[in-house]
Amino acid sequence: MIEAVISTLIGALTAMVPLVLTSVGATVSERAGVVNIGYEGIILMSAFFGAIFAEITGNPWIGLIGGAFVGMLLGMLHGFITVYLKGDHVIPGIGVNLLALGVVAFGITAYWGTAGQHQVPTNVRVAPIINTPYGSLSPMVLITIAIAILTHWVLFRTPLGLRIRAVGENPEAADALGINVERYRFLATVYGAMLAGLGGAFMSVDWLGTVTKQLSAGRGFIALANMVFSGWNPLRALLGGFIFGFFDNLSVWVRTNPEIQRIVPWQFVATLPYLVTLIIVAGIIGKVRPPKADGKPYKRE
Amino acid sequence: MRVDIKGFTKPLVESLVAIVIGILVGAIILAFSGYSPAEAYIALFNGALGSKYGLAMTLSSATPIILTALTFGIGARTGLFNIGGEGTVYFGAIMAIILTNLWGNVLMGLFGGILAGMAWMAIPAILKVLRGVNEVVSTIMLNWMAYFIALYIVLQKIPNPEDPNKTLAVPVSARFPIIMKGTELSWAFAISVIAALITYYILWHTELGYELRVSGYNERAARYGGINPKKAIIWSFLLGGIMSGLAGATEVMGRPPSYAISQGMANIYGYGFDGIGVSLVGRNHPLGIIFSGIFFGMLRAGATSMQIEAGVPLEMVKVVQGVIVVTIAIPGLLDLLKKVVRR
Repeated sequence: MIEAVISTLIGALTAMVPLVLTSVGATVSERAGVVNIGYEGIILMSAFFGAIFAEITGNPWIGLIGGAFVGMLLGMLHGFITVYLKGDHVIPGIGVNLLALGVVAFGITAYWGTAGQHQVPTNVRVAPIINTPYGSLSPMVLITIAIAILTHWVLFRTPLGLRIRAVGENPEAADALGINVERYRFLATVYGAMLAGLGGAFMSVDWLGTVTKQLSAGRGFIALANMVFSGWNPLRALLGGFIFGFFDNLSVWVRTNPEIQRIVPWQFVATLPYLVTLIIVAGIIGKVRPPKADGKPYKRE
Repeated sequence: MRVDIKGFTKPLVESLVAIVIGILVGAIILAFSGYSPAEAYIALFNGALGSKYGLAMTLSSATPIILTALTFGIGARTGLFNIGGEGTVYFGAIMAIILTNLWGNVLMGLFGGILAGMAWMAIPAILKVLRGVNEVVSTIMLNWMAYFIALYIVLQKIPNPEDPNKTLAVPVSARFPIIMKGTELSWAFAISVIAALITYYILWHTELGYELRVSGYNERAARYGGINPKKAIIWSFLLGGIMSGLAGATEVMGRPPSYAISQGMANIYGYGFDGIGVSLVGRNHPLGIIFSGIFFGMLRAGATSMQIEAGVPLEMVKVVQGVIVVTIAIPGLLDLLKKVVRR
């Protein structure tokens, strides 16, 4: 019994990492007023490039940083289009998601010469800090928790956080107070995409140790749902991420468990994370309020 | 009917510029990955346009993505980002196979696609109208659920007893006749074009279409004008569902040689996502979608020759597609380019 509890706990904590990182990043971005639905593509591309960085340097941590860097670049692209060119907030994200489908499917074949899937060698994967017979815990879990807490603190307890929230809540007033709305929005967008990139690289060089063209599997959108669920609050996103991570891990676990498969087809269990997301989102709408200027381009009069 | 030429020119030029940029960036990525861009593109365009066979393949590849593009386009014209075409295609194909195996004629197959499409798209419609659930999140979640549920049905419920690699096939009596012998081009292509024309008619020449477009343009104004935005949302999803459901149905009824769904749904996967790009390049306009669908069909058709003749992985065309869509998202693209050129 205790084994099952420990292994479930570790599994959920691990599966939580990309979700929480992306949710926390998206929270900062949307608190500053920039919607980005391209996290799905950012996770996928960062997982791909993160694995390449790790394999070239032989160091998984450089893989993680490389993934975050790729996320930053994609965030800069999104920020440039939405903040500086005042473009639509949704379409660039759709573009990045489509681009990722192509880049990663093409890249796996072009770079590794294998079709559809690449296994990351064990020696360039992040070593766990806690080993139990029922599973091991990655240091990234602790880093993720630290990032969520730190981001929460900055967002709600510092002048910087106040300014970030001001440009997303009332950009006109923030502008009148001399805050550079565009710069804060741009940097918040880049920060959000960077965290998603870190989460993506975690999937390839740590957790799953593989790169596939379906690796992100909707997590970028589950993370957005989690952000809404959390009411744009990083600490609650941490809790929500744990719940979503639990179901994510459950569906992965059942797929490898023949006894349960005899009772319920694995395909049905695989739909669980998405079904739970839908139910939770349908249940909490109306109880939370997005930042007032969320997704609205700011043009100076 | 007066056609506004001037209003068409700018979006047309913008789409063409985005396509050129997509092809150029694709060339850079090809060169960077150690392939010859010239060789790759020559193989691609030659394969897609260089022969009657290539042209037929281009049109047959355009068939499903014109339909899935209409799903996104109808949504966009109603102010919705309907990404749910992908999952809807699966159920359209499955229902068409089931119904044609019960009653072997084309109409039953099309009916199956329409029925499945409307039923599946009713879910995000209801979630949006009753609970205010953002359609991007709901349709993406539904796509993934559809993927696994369809995978189950394909493997367990309608397997082909003679060939474990695919499902039951659509019976001969319910298949679309082939237009050009020896190619994959069937009259299913006509269904796509007709669907686009009907969509155009509905959106611009009926009361319902007017209501859909007005509530997409400005919800508050629509309400003020006595239009119920909830009705517009529901109709937008249902019409969109019909289109993607038809995409799945026509794919199994009109695409030789299998007339079935293959293992892992490889032959019907990805049309919904491609359709989004098609719609954006076609400026979410049904008539624009026909042309951009044929362009993307050309990329798909040429991808195989590019892989065989230039050794470039065929996913390369998806990179080009992605770059094109990102470029389309840049507002004032032309003004920006003019500035760069002037410097």
